[in-house]
Amino acid sequence: MIIKNIIQILRELSKQKMRTMLTLFGIFWGTTSVILLLSFGIATKSSVSKTMHGMGEQICIIWAGKTSISYGGFPKGRQLSWYNDDAHYLKDNVPLIDDISPQYDRWLPVNVGAKKQNFSVNAVWPDFKEMRNMIPRQGSRFISSLDQEKRRRVVFIGNEVEKTMFGEGVDAVGRLMYIDGIPFTVVGVIIEKEQDGSYNGRDKDAIFMPTSTYLAIYGDRYVNNMVARAKDITKTEQMKKAIIAAMAKKYRFSPEDEQALPIWDTTEMDQFLGTFFNGFTIFLGIVGVMTLIVGGIGIANIMYVIVEERTSEIGVKRAIGAKKRLILFQYIVETFVIASIGTTSGFLFALLMIFAINKAPLDDFVGTLELNPFIAVTSIFIISMITFIAGWGPAKRASELDPVVAING
Amino acid sequence: MIRMEKIRKIYSTGKVDVEALRGVNLHIKKGDFVTVIGPSGSGKSTLMNIMGCLDKPTTGDYILNGTNIKNLNDNQLSELRNHEIGFVFQNFNLLPYASAYENVEMPLLFAGVGGKKRKQKVEAILNKVGLSDRMDHRPNELSGGQKQRVAIARALVNDPNIILADEPTGNLDSHSGREIMELFVNLWQEGHTIVMITHDPRAKEYTDNFVNITDGKILREELVA
Ligand SMILES: Nc1ncnc2c1ncn2[C@@H]1O[C@H](COP(=O)(O)OP(=O)(O)OP(=O)(O)O)[C@@H](O)[C@H]1O
Ligand SMILES: [Mg+2]
Repeated sequence: MIIKNIIQILRELSKQKMRTMLTLFGIFWGTTSVILLLSFGIATKSSVSKTMHGMGEQICIIWAGKTSISYGGFPKGRQLSWYNDDAHYLKDNVPLIDDISPQYDRWLPVNVGAKKQNFSVNAVWPDFKEMRNMIPRQGSRFISSLDQEKRRRVVFIGNEVEKTMFGEGVDAVGRLMYIDGIPFTVVGVIIEKEQDGSYNGRDKDAIFMPTSTYLAIYGDRYVNNMVARAKDITKTEQMKKAIIAAMAKKYRFSPEDEQALPIWDTTEMDQFLGTFFNGFTIFLGIVGVMTLIVGGIGIANIMYVIVEERTSEIGVKRAIGAKKRLILFQYIVETFVIASIGTTSGFLFALLMIFAINKAPLDDFVGTLELNPFIAVTSIFIISMITFIAGWGPAKRASELDPVVAING
Repeated sequence: MIRMEKIRKIYSTGKVDVEALRGVNLHIKKGDFVTVIGPSGSGKSTLMNIMGCLDKPTTGDYILNGTNIKNLNDNQLSELRNHEIGFVFQNFNLLPYASAYENVEMPLLFAGVGGKKRKQKVEAILNKVGLSDRMDHRPNELSGGQKQRVAIARALVNDPNIILADEPTGNLDSHSGREIMELFVNLWQEGHTIVMITHDPRAKEYTDNFVNITDGKILREELVA
């Protein structure tokens, strides 16, 4: 009986081509636009987020400052400097530190063949890599602990440095580069990355070597700055306090002195970004809900019109003996069929569009579109529900009218 | 077969209440051919709709085959409409997207009649109304008379005890009108009970069993027991 009914319903659906197509198209389009719009939003969000994290994640950059409070017999205004072994000192005395690296920095002449130019040359520990997102290009590497141990004359260079010194499209890995007249082997090149934040130039324009090699050549007494990261981001604040306390003890400045040891805490930016992204997510959510509402109103409207229009047909069916529950059953089956076909085709079309957009050279503008399965499923569910609910009221009402009332509208 | 007692029907549309039927009493016996006549707006259709269980009286009792309609629930009423009553509308009320065959088949589907038997019945009844060569046509591909034949076939297909027709020839030219009238007369002669509203003066040629309604009341009942 039920199967016979379903066959009959499908037959009726296929006969009412105009209505069926109209509804199908409404649902199809609603699904496609909601999914595409949200994918665009998410792509924008993730491409912004990627750029923001170009410099590194959840790190603290530590400089030496001037004291602003007189302390331990010293007057205020004393210029402080951090020594080569302070990174070791901190690592040994502040257990909250996960990674730390000193950073030296000089502006030095570099030449490859006849090509000569000045670059920012940095010396760091291998830990620097993780903290600062120094991702080596495939087939190359960052400075290793062995380089550090053996004071190897090796460098890791920015992709722009490679391009400038070796020329477009040339792989510099394994080649020689003269820094201040001394030959270095290039062991790695940084992958192209978007970087919005920096404190001494962009990584793509810089050269990095082991501190051991650097100190053997230049013998600096002081570091330019240090970079540190906590074991657990939620402990960053405590780590900062512990670093200040340790250094205050060693160099005898007040632990309350804000200016003696300036720290740039990028987690603060992350927190700001977090807030920003929460805002953006809410915005996206609102856009999504709006799109759903607009798409839903369109579909609801079509459903409503169709069921209203169908009221007299429902009346006729009731007049010749259709029971209420049959009318409602028919409505449910119809809606289910239409909503499934509509949302599925809409979903597939959105997928196709995403694929096409990602293929097209547009990713500078829109980023890479990704289909979020949760959003897809939710949109499809909500659209189906809207479709169903929009028609349910009028269908139920029509089925409850006296047949003659339904027939006459 | 049909007994109506003190049937009143009041339409409440906004401010004005229209009393379409003001206490109608009526008896119709099995095998009768009753014609309902009366001026426009007198309540003929209202009476017919109540008789066909398409509408409910405001007050009064309608007893069909010994059952008071009041005591039936919606499912029982649907079954009654499906099995006991064949209703023919003035404007056909066919489903536009369905073929003649499918329109006629529909009451059988609602009744749960199985495939083979259903096909037999639909074809037989369409043959009877002279439409065996138009089974796959949709209503918009049929003439008015043909549409009304489809509607009559649909009313007949479930072997109802009573056929109700509200101006079945009202939308037809005189030639098709005559054919439809003759079809009803044949059905009556086969033993069907028929109640028909008509303005058609030719009705007198076929029956002298009239119910004359004016202003919501039956004026005189001729040969109605
Ligand atoms: N659904 C309705 N709502 C309000 N008033 C109605 C409704 N249906 C009928 N009426 C009123 O009830 C009265 C009787 O109408 P009905 O349709 O029964 O007349 P009728 O005798 O069939 O007329 P006609 O010969 O023109 O078909 C009329 O005054 C009409 O205006
Ligand atoms: Mg009428």
